[in-house]
Amino acid sequence: MSQFPGIALQLLQSLLVVLAAPLVLGWVNICRAWLQSRSAPSVLLPYYTLAKLFHKDAVIANTTSPMFRVTPYVLFGCMALAAGIVPVLATDLPFAPAADIIALVGLFATARVFAALAAMDTGTSFGGLGARREMLVGFLAEPAILMTLFTAAFISGSTQLTTIAETLAHREFAIYPSLAFAAVAFLIVLLAENARIPVDNPTTHLELTMLHEAQILEYSARHLALIEWASAIKLVAYMTIGFALFVPWGIAEGDDWGAIPAALAVLAVKLAVAGAGLAFIETLLAKMRIFLVAEFLSTAFLLAVLGMLTHFLVRG
Amino acid sequence: MLAGSLAAALAWLAIGLAGLIPAGNAALARRVLFPLGAAAGLVLAGIGAQAAWLPPSTMVLPLGLPDLPFHLRLDPLAGFFLLLLGSVSAGISVYANGYFGAETPGRLGLICLQYHVFLAAMALVILADDAYLFMVAWETMALASYFLVTTDHRVPEVRSAGFLYLLMAHIGAIAILLCFGVLHGGQGDYSFAALREADLTPFWANVAFLLAFIGFGAKAGMIPLHAWLPEAHPAAPSPVSALMSGVMIKTAIYGMVRVLYDLIGAVRWEWGLVVLLVGAGTTLFGVLFALMQHDLKRLLAYHSVENIGIILLGLGMSMVFFGFGHPAAGALGLIAALYHTLNHAVFKGLLFLGAGSILHSTGLKDLNHMGGLARTMPATAFHFLVGALAISALPPLNGFVSEWLTFQTALQAPLLENGVLRSLLPLFAATLALAGALTAMCFVKVYGVAFLGQPRVKTGPIHDAGLSERLGLAWLAAGCFVLGLFPAAMLHTLNQVGVSITGHGLSADALESSWLWLVPTHPAQASYSPIVFLLVVLAVVLLTIRLVRVFYHGRVRRADPWDCGFPEQTSRMQDTADAFGQPIAVVFGPLYLMKRHLPGPEDGTPKYSIKVEDRHWGWIYLPVAQLAELVSAKVGLLQRGRISTYLLYSFLTLIALLVFVR
Repeated sequence: MSQFPGIALQLLQSLLVVLAAPLVLGWVNICRAWLQSRSAPSVLLPYYTLAKLFHKDAVIANTTSPMFRVTPYVLFGCMALAAGIVPVLATDLPFAPAADIIALVGLFATARVFAALAAMDTGTSFGGLGARREMLVGFLAEPAILMTLFTAAFISGSTQLTTIAETLAHREFAIYPSLAFAAVAFLIVLLAENARIPVDNPTTHLELTMLHEAQILEYSARHLALIEWASAIKLVAYMTIGFALFVPWGIAEGDDWGAIPAALAVLAVKLAVAGAGLAFIETLLAKMRIFLVAEFLSTAFLLAVLGMLTHFLVRG
Repeated sequence: MLAGSLAAALAWLAIGLAGLIPAGNAALARRVLFPLGAAAGLVLAGIGAQAAWLPPSTMVLPLGLPDLPFHLRLDPLAGFFLLLLGSVSAGISVYANGYFGAETPGRLGLICLQYHVFLAAMALVILADDAYLFMVAWETMALASYFLVTTDHRVPEVRSAGFLYLLMAHIGAIAILLCFGVLHGGQGDYSFAALREADLTPFWANVAFLLAFIGFGAKAGMIPLHAWLPEAHPAAPSPVSALMSGVMIKTAIYGMVRVLYDLIGAVRWEWGLVVLLVGAGTTLFGVLFALMQHDLKRLLAYHSVENIGIILLGLGMSMVFFGFGHPAAGALGLIAALYHTLNHAVFKGLLFLGAGSILHSTGLKDLNHMGGLARTMPATAFHFLVGALAISALPPLNGFVSEWLTFQTALQAPLLENGVLRSLLPLFAATLALAGALTAMCFVKVYGVAFLGQPRVKTGPIHDAGLSERLGLAWLAAGCFVLGLFPAAMLHTLNQVGVSITGHGLSADALESSWLWLVPTHPAQASYSPIVFLLVVLAVVLLTIRLVRVFYHGRVRRADPWDCGFPEQTSRMQDTADAFGQPIAVVFGPLYLMKRHLPGPEDGTPKYSIKVEDRHWGWIYLPVAQLAELVSAKVGLLQRGRISTYLLYSFLTLIALLVFVR
């Protein structure tokens, strides 16, 4: 399993996700600008922002402990591993057996816990507020995503994301009612977990309404750059999980290097469509009150559970 | 092997007695006895680890009543629980050595006696091979722990917590005793070998199951018999809380597995369903109430309730699979449950010891008064963080492994023929997922409020945990890492346990995998490698740090945090434990019985307080208590305190006996 081509493919894919993630974010931003009749910034703007942040002096609140400085690196490491586990280009990934979907959800949970702890480390009211809200979103979103993934796991008989993607790519083209429920649930979780409208507003400047932003209010310079970058990777990772579950076609299977360019093209199209879709949703909806978020996410959880039950009913 | 484990148990008894005799010499107890107890624990753990791989050995001790000798048996299941007891208690004993350092000699001697008798009784519960020795050891365990809980018996709350504990322990013990009676079925003796042989009709098997489930469940803290646990565990001194939450409630899991799988034998899926329902309720109840607590030890006690629920979920799934004739999946469920039993012992022991160090050094129990302890107690903070991440089921620590195995068991649901159960099982997995995420929230609250941020009240000078306290913490924290990073070894050991009591183990594919990979059924179905996981994250983190160094000039400025234009920031503006739990109180409001005190708008010194009560008190405990009082009042009418009345009773009884017996 661990031959050279496999490892090379693995590293290539992880690097691709890590390096291209800000580009996807840039694409979402210009789509949103177009939809809102604003003049769009460059698609490379997220890269310029990162470069700018890396060259600034870091300002650290003098109330913090080492937890605060470690967290950006932990977040980045977790997201980079996620980028390695999710089948983006190909399904023959040597890292993939190290973590299945449950471990992947655990990985996101680890990142969330560290981010929340770092926010509480500042000892300010905003930090605590952000951490509390983020954990509220987290405890509702985590079971929902796990149930969504379980539905796919039941269909394919495996919890390995690569196996799931392969199995689902080979099924006959038919609409699975269970996957339809799961897809809606997944979309809701994707919006919530990546701090997008209607759950959170990534461009807000008003502290009291912040969720994710309130957590990272104290970060600056390189630490902020790493966190922003990790968020971008997380968005891409979530999108590609969605592709693996719901539109797995076009991914390269086995260590077939010839299929990689085609897979890359298909991936680019999928990401472009998904990014535009995200911008569309964000333009249509407004941000919710925080306790409506609880209802919104419980809907996702119930839909996911319903999807799983549908699977057994239709099959059994 | 068996003789060795018995010797270790007797050594604990001897250490306990040695603590009592030289009452004037506290240095002996401090310097020698607790470390000796830890050494005995390590010996026991070593024996237990080996016994899991050996055939059972038995022994008869000519002690006890005439014609009723004590039977002992060391089989893989007992070996596994000895491993748990020995290894966890070793860390706690080392810690106790430092923690009890400042006690007066008289109290220290007494604590040393009760503590080691408690340990020895737990070892005997695990080694017992007849109902008689089992009950003797079980009751000794309950009494020793009762005296330990009431160490601070001058505090009224501690006394009433102790009484409640003793009461519930005995209700449980009665159920267990009756269960052995049912299993006995009127023939043979009370050795476990005879109980295993006894043929039970389905009805009596069901009765035996219910009695065992209630009896051991009361000790484990499952709902609705949990009420004593959040009272008694926090009342005890911290090493004792760690021992009770970490180890003692696990003896109840041992008893459950022993009686249901081994003595009764053929488990049924209906029993599994009952266990699953109670387990799911216990899990959610425990974590939801933990989230509303602000007393650190009470919060941890509620998490013990939750984790017992998780163990029951694993056991219940296992029973369902065994009941439907899928032994490989059943064995997986049993392994998941036992793995979580060990994991919970390690991380809950660690967390209670961490809470003890905070209490010891600051005198604070209430989270709302803590804050910023990571700066004054860095060692405690680090170890507590390991425990907090482990209990939140975050990879690559140990809590994640057992929850992962439980999820994998639930994912075997398509094997089942029964359509209802097939769709129910994933719902229990959903419960577990929800509970896991809530636990993470709860421990963000605990760690964030206690160790991070700013101190909320002024305390005296704070010192970090002492050397032996740190050693104890480090031992258990290392356990979290080892059990999390090398799960395959433990999986194989537990597979032996499963094979020895049920005759079935995991599939051959699962056992063929190397030590690096954890594979529950087949590598294509699921696998997890914590080592690879950790190494990749570490490699990326180090590489990132290196690359950022290259990019970046490295200047760092320190400044005040952002105050949003309001310069008078105080530490009171941080989230407290209550504030952090507020979203839960809103989302799950109807579940709680809440008494809120909200300050008015004109209040000069505003204080917000919330008191959350358990609805079970009103539903079950108080009605039962009132009924008991009513009945005793009626019975009291018979007792007028006049000798002539009593003589009349005796006379009437005699007449009645003469009429009926003749």
